[in-house]
Amino acid sequence: MATILEIEDLSVHFPIHIGTVRAVEDVSLNLEEGEVMGLVGESGCGKTTLGFSILRLLRPPGRIVKGRILYHGQDIVQMSEKEILSLRGRKIAMIFQDPLTSLNPLFRIDQQFIETLLTHEKGLHKRAAFTRAGNMLESLGISPERLLEYPHQMSGGMRQRIMIGMGLILSPDLLIADEPTTSLDVIVEAQFLDLLNDLRKQFNLTIILITHNLGNVAQLADRITVMYGGTIAEVGEANAIFDNPLHPYTQGLLSSIPNIKLDKPKLKTMPGSPPDLVNPPSGCVFHPRCPYAKDICKVQKPETFSKDGRLVSCWLYG
Amino acid sequence: MKNLARYIITRLLLTIPMVFILLSIVFVVLRVMPGDPVSSMLGGHAPERVIEQKKEELGLNRPLSIQYLDYLWQICRLDLGESMVFKQRVTKAIAEKLPATIELTIFGILITLFLGVFLGAYAADRRRTVQDYVIRLYGIVVYCIPVYWMGLMLQLIFGIWLDILPISGRTSPRVFASTFEKTGLYIIDTILVRDFSALGDVLIHLVLPAFTLGLVLSGIFVRLTRANMLDVLRADYIIAAEARGIRHKKIVYKHALKNAFIPILTMMGLQIALLMAGAVLTETTFSWPGMGRLLLERIYLRDYPTIQGVIIMIALIVAMASLVVDIIYAIVDPRVRY
Repeated sequence: MATILEIEDLSVHFPIHIGTVRAVEDVSLNLEEGEVMGLVGESGCGKTTLGFSILRLLRPPGRIVKGRILYHGQDIVQMSEKEILSLRGRKIAMIFQDPLTSLNPLFRIDQQFIETLLTHEKGLHKRAAFTRAGNMLESLGISPERLLEYPHQMSGGMRQRIMIGMGLILSPDLLIADEPTTSLDVIVEAQFLDLLNDLRKQFNLTIILITHNLGNVAQLADRITVMYGGTIAEVGEANAIFDNPLHPYTQGLLSSIPNIKLDKPKLKTMPGSPPDLVNPPSGCVFHPRCPYAKDICKVQKPETFSKDGRLVSCWLYG
Repeated sequence: MKNLARYIITRLLLTIPMVFILLSIVFVVLRVMPGDPVSSMLGGHAPERVIEQKKEELGLNRPLSIQYLDYLWQICRLDLGESMVFKQRVTKAIAEKLPATIELTIFGILITLFLGVFLGAYAADRRRTVQDYVIRLYGIVVYCIPVYWMGLMLQLIFGIWLDILPISGRTSPRVFASTFEKTGLYIIDTILVRDFSALGDVLIHLVLPAFTLGLVLSGIFVRLTRANMLDVLRADYIIAAEARGIRHKKIVYKHALKNAFIPILTMMGLQIALLMAGAVLTETTFSWPGMGRLLLERIYLRDYPTIQGVIIMIALIVAMASLVVDIIYAIVDPRVRY
C-alpha cells in the first residue's frame, strides 16, 4: 500500500494575549491509502486542529509554525493559495461536527452542490451538474427531488448525508470526518457509520475519523491514533490498542468506558484534567495525571518507541 | 403565498389604527403649541374683531372636541382638507412636493446601503487591519455628525471651495422643469422626454443632498454589517464552503453577506423613519422643494390641516416601507413564513 498522507513534526500554535496555545506540538503521522484512521482524544487535545491543518483551514491567529504535511509527496504547508483551493473538496474532503449548521441556510441544496461542482470543473454544464447531484443523493438514500429544498426542510441525519455527498461528489481520495456523528441520535449515528463504511469501499476512500467516541472508532477504524495535550500518545492497529493499550493515557481512556457486562460497582475515572496548553507541563504532558510517572517524565519529553508494531510515546517503553 | 397575502392585508389594516393614534397626538400637540394660523396670518396687532371673524371662518372657535371629530370624519372620507393659510387643497400641496422627497430618499437609501454594506463587509473580511480600523472610524464619525452640519460642510467643500457641484434646488435656474414635468420624479421625466442635458442637470443637483442623507445613515450600517459579518464568518457553513474549495471572495460576498443581510434588512425597516426625519433637515439645508420643507414652512405658519396631512403621508410611507422590507425578508430567507 502507498502512503497517501505523511505528517512530519507538525506544530500549530495560536498566539493569543495570554501567551501561545501549543495546540499541536511535534506531531508525526502516516496514513496508508484506503485505511480508516481513528483520531481520538478528549476535547481540546488538538485533534480537530490537526484535521483543519491538513486542509489549511486554521482560523487566525492559528498558524502552522513547523513541519510538513505531504499529500502524495506534495507539501501542503508550502502550497500556494491556488494549489490549496484546487485540493480542497476535489482531493481532500472534510465534513464537520454539526450538520445542522454546516449547510448555508439561504441556498437550496442543488445550488450548493452545483457551486461545488462548477468551482472545480470549469465548463461543466449546470444541467449535468444537477443530474450528478441528484445521482449522488440517490446513492445516499435521499430522493433527488429534495435537491430543490432548503436545508431547514431536512432532518439532521439527512443533512449529514448531504454534507458527505457534497464532500464526495468530486471523488476525493481522502476524507476528514470531524466528529461527524456527535450531534446525531444513536440510531441515525449507527446508520451513518454504516454508510461511511459502504462509501469507503465504493470510493476507495482513506478516512481520518476524528472523534472522542471510542465506540465509533471500534466500529470503523483500522488504526487508531490517540492524542493527548497536542501530542500523539500512541498509534497502532485498532484491535491491538483495544486489547492491550500501552500508553497509560490510552489505558485510562479505555477503562473509563462504562461496561454493563462487568460487575464493577463504580466507573473508573482518570484523575486530573487536560493540560493547559499555554503553559504545558514540563517533560511528558501527561505526567501530572500518570500513575506510573517517573523522574525522567517530569523533565524530558518522551521519545517515540516502537513496541509490538505500535508507536508509543512513553518512557515506560524506553 | 396565500399566507403572505393574508399577512399583507393584516398589516395594511393595522396601519389604520396607527394613523389614527398618530393623528390624534399631532392634533392635540398642534393646538397646545403657542400660536395659531390666524395670528400667524394677520400678525399680532390685528383688531380683535378681524381675528374673531377669521377664526369663525376657519371653524377654530368651535369646541376642540367638535373640531377633532369633524377632522376625523373628514379623514374617513379620505379628504385631507384645505390649507388654512393658502387657498390650496392639502392633497395638491403634498402631490407637488412628494416626488422630490421620494427621489431624494431613494438615492439616499441607495447610497447608505451601498456604502454601509460594502464597507462593513470589507472591514469584517479584513478584520484588525488598517482598512478595518479606518472603516470603523468612518462609521462612528459619520454616525455622530448631525445631518444639517454634514450638509453645510459638503456645500462648503464641493459647492464653494471646489465649486464643482450645485448646492441648492433640483435644477439650474435655466433648466425649466415645466418642459418635462409629468410624474414629478425628474429623473424619470427627463428620460421620458429624452432631454439628456436636463437629466444631467437633475442628477448633478441630486448628488450633494443624496450623499448628505446617505453618508450620515451609512455609519450605522457599516457597523451593523461588520458585526453581523464577523458573526456569520465564524459559522460552520462558511468553513464548510471553504473546505469545498470555493474562493474566499465568493464566500465572503455571496455566502456570508447574504446571511448577514437579514438583520440589516430589519434595520433598514427601522431606519426609514430616521431617513424621513433626515430628509426634513436635508431638504431645508439644500432648498430642496420636498415634503420636509413643506412641513417646516407650514409649521411656522401653524397651517394645521397641511401639517396633519404631511404627517399622515410620512406615516404611510414609513408603514409601506416596513411592509416592503417584510416582503423582501420572506424572499431572502426561505425559513421565514407568514
